[in-house]
Amino acid sequence: MTVPKHVQRLDRVVIRFAGDSGDGMQLTGDRFTSETAQLGNDISTLPNFPAEIRAPAGTLPGVSSFQVAFADYDILTPGDTPNVLVAMNPAALKANLSELRKGATIIVNTDEFTKRNLQKVGYASNPLEDDSLAGYDVHPVALTSMTLGALADHPVSKKDAERSKNMFALGLLSWLYSRPYESTMAFLQRKFAARPELVAANKAAFSAGWSFGETTEGFAVRYEVKPAHMKPGHYRNITGNAALALGLVASSVRARLPIFLGAYPITPASDILHELSKHKKLGVTTMQAEDEIAAVGAALGASYGGALGVTTTSGPGVALKGETISLAVALELPLVIVDVQRAGPSTGMPTKTEQADLNMALFGRHGEAPVAVVAPQSPADCFYAAIEACRIALTYRTPVILLSDGYVANGSEPWLLPEVADLPDLTVSFAQGPNGEDGKFYPYLRDPVTLARPWAPPGVPGLEHRIGGLEKADKTGDISYDPANHDFMVRTRAARIEAIDVPDIEVEDPSEAATVLVLGWGSTYGPIGAACRALRQRGFAIAQAHVRHLNPLPKNLREVLGRYAKVVLPEMNLGQLAHVIRSKYLIDVVSYNQVRGMPFTSSQLESMLEEVIKNA
Amino acid sequence: MPSASAPLSLSAKDFKSDQEVRWCPGCGDYAILAAMQGFLPELGIPRERIVFVSGIGCSSRFPYYLNTYGMHSIHGRAPAIATGLSVSRPDLQVWVVTGDGDALSIGGNHLIHALRRNVNVKILLFNNKIYGLTKGQYSPTSEIGKVTKSTPAGSADYPFNPISLALGAEASFVARTIDSDRKHLTSVLRAAADHQGSAFVEIYQNCNIFNDGAFDVLKESETRDDYLIRLEHGQPLTFGKDNQFAVTHPAGSFGLTVQDAAAADSAEVLVHDAHAEDPAYAFALSRLAGPDLRYTPIGVFRAVQRSSYDELVRGQVGKAKEKSSGDPEQDLAALLNSGDTWTIL
Repeated sequence: MTVPKHVQRLDRVVIRFAGDSGDGMQLTGDRFTSETAQLGNDISTLPNFPAEIRAPAGTLPGVSSFQVAFADYDILTPGDTPNVLVAMNPAALKANLSELRKGATIIVNTDEFTKRNLQKVGYASNPLEDDSLAGYDVHPVALTSMTLGALADHPVSKKDAERSKNMFALGLLSWLYSRPYESTMAFLQRKFAARPELVAANKAAFSAGWSFGETTEGFAVRYEVKPAHMKPGHYRNITGNAALALGLVASSVRARLPIFLGAYPITPASDILHELSKHKKLGVTTMQAEDEIAAVGAALGASYGGALGVTTTSGPGVALKGETISLAVALELPLVIVDVQRAGPSTGMPTKTEQADLNMALFGRHGEAPVAVVAPQSPADCFYAAIEACRIALTYRTPVILLSDGYVANGSEPWLLPEVADLPDLTVSFAQGPNGEDGKFYPYLRDPVTLARPWAPPGVPGLEHRIGGLEKADKTGDISYDPANHDFMVRTRAARIEAIDVPDIEVEDPSEAATVLVLGWGSTYGPIGAACRALRQRGFAIAQAHVRHLNPLPKNLREVLGRYAKVVLPEMNLGQLAHVIRSKYLIDVVSYNQVRGMPFTSSQLESMLEEVIKNA
Repeated sequence: MPSASAPLSLSAKDFKSDQEVRWCPGCGDYAILAAMQGFLPELGIPRERIVFVSGIGCSSRFPYYLNTYGMHSIHGRAPAIATGLSVSRPDLQVWVVTGDGDALSIGGNHLIHALRRNVNVKILLFNNKIYGLTKGQYSPTSEIGKVTKSTPAGSADYPFNPISLALGAEASFVARTIDSDRKHLTSVLRAAADHQGSAFVEIYQNCNIFNDGAFDVLKESETRDDYLIRLEHGQPLTFGKDNQFAVTHPAGSFGLTVQDAAAADSAEVLVHDAHAEDPAYAFALSRLAGPDLRYTPIGVFRAVQRSSYDELVRGQVGKAKEKSSGDPEQDLAALLNSGDTWTIL
């Protein structure tokens, strides 16, 4: 019997799905996100998972979660604290409870709250039975047994039936928040195409969860979140890694050059390799190299041959590629190095985010070896940041480091799909003949504006020449040990990077009365932006500016920073950009740092900024 | 990008660059360079389609002296760089020039992976069993106990056998030659150039400054004929001043042996088969020579056909491109709009 339900309208909801690494929480979250996107809500997601593929079942280190925020207005972050926690076992409850506010909804899979599972995570007594969850809106649901019951007549093994419990949970949540389920049905059809019995079982589990919500008296209220007012157009939900890969493909199409990706698998960058390997139709060649050094070497070799050479990695990989990047600096060839930053040093916390590779990107090579550095600010922005990195590499014949991080790479948001014709034209021209007034070819004769040398891939008769890592004489590129020439070439390579045309940094200050500026770069854009909005709603004036080009910095940055009594710079490192700003502009920025492997919360930034404003 | 090739009438002179050659006087590299410049015209490939990629070391200066396209890269990485170039530019002939330190020490990983992939590059390893450019330290092919500046009490590491290593790395073409034997060197270069896939050529090269005479027994008229086994496909493995030695495969042994030709049953004398699929034979050949270089085979140990990495990779891209609309911008638009999309009006 269906219980009539009251429908309550909400403007924003944050749900966290949490369970064992093998419980399919990432998939569940992903599907819920897709359903939500179809509805037209704005969304932002935060997956959080351990590096271990299957940590021991039921333990705290094995907990994997996926947080999704959705709203009827545009949002910038996946939310600080969940309104709803779906806990598939005691470990998931224990690992996440401290992040919930009182009054939050907790949906627990009671079947997993066995004596043994409780002991595994150090619960002396069952939290569902003592008063430790007092003040929360707890919904005990026998998820596993109800799933098994619903699939009793299905020709699937008990193990497969049990594994469908995430679909039961998804069905329940989809009902609770009035989500459209068609895309999930289509997804299950695709995913298990080879095993129709699993399609049927998963669909049945989903339906059972949905019907349970409809019939149980446990949920008296159903919720809805109306579509957000978003710019008209076609959208898709996209992760940063996928957007970055598509940005590279788009650059290749707009440059009319094939992509050659050299990559070695590394978390959290491997998904870019996976994505690009699917796009051979667009002329993409991917090579899984024997190591990080070979990956960048092959990319550089392809660039030398006239392709768009790209390598993707994370911090430890960039360290290994350093010598080859320096060679690319000397050869003055285009090369894009993607660093999806993770918590370091060394192996650090591979699945957790950090912004601590900035110093390495800016300074981490031998000799004077400047390169351009660009950072995306959100998942969808990875698409445009990739195009910008390619533009700089191709125009200025230089390595460019694209500094993504685990937060934007794995997080997702709706992306207003661009028209291909509106993307920048990246057409390049190769050297076709002699460039000297004497009718000779000079491989290091530069363009007077960009200071770029000719790109002269092999194959053109008469332009045969040799390049290499030894210092080159100006213009001819011949080996040179001349002191004055070396001094000139070092300064010229630096000037070439400084000559890159970088758009001015923009400041957002609706009040035009702010005396405090909060500066950021990379993935901190979301939490900083959300904190600024909250402060403004409470009547505070604050200005926000976000650095996209970390080298060279925007030409107007000095002037912008000088306008404010205080400049605050939150970073997920110990102050690496702050160090640069202080030394370059002699401005004593307030450096605010956190290295916890997790993004800043907006409320944390809000209270920090409030203090600064009050003391300014 | 490349234009149609002009009729070719090139000579060795056309392959000499305008750079002054800066190896030590008497270095074996001069002979290899001269042989290469003499050989390249017969390839019939225009200069602009030939690229030499090298690493670091004396041998790696080679590209500077050839009037082709060239890149002098970084230590040990030439095979990796050449892989990216070769895969993306099938119209080029790509050569890698490397040394025993460059290829077998710092770049060992790239060498073995290029060979196993069968990348379509020709790798010339100049083996002088010493570090020259850093002034005389022992190398990974130096004999154990080698006394050098860095090993005053003698080196304590066992050397690599480059031919054995290449065979173990699944190389489809493996050969050895000697700097001073221009005719033989040229014939091996020719075979390497003709091979589709990776060709690995070890060239014994004399460093007259830091390891002079390392290969003298293979060069001097009194010893060379009794020390060298000249491999010719289809020819019996007999050698010696008076053809007095024969290579045989003793029953019950995994390896090969050299015995008195007169005493050997002619049926026992091996006939060289460079195309044998099983690499065990070539490997056994590579183990014949001892530390004194007695019974050193030169020539092509192994030349078998298998698809190159280049062909396989380009084949996949080519096949995928058959599904292209022919308009990359249209395909890109379709790609961007794929997956679960929705429209806001």
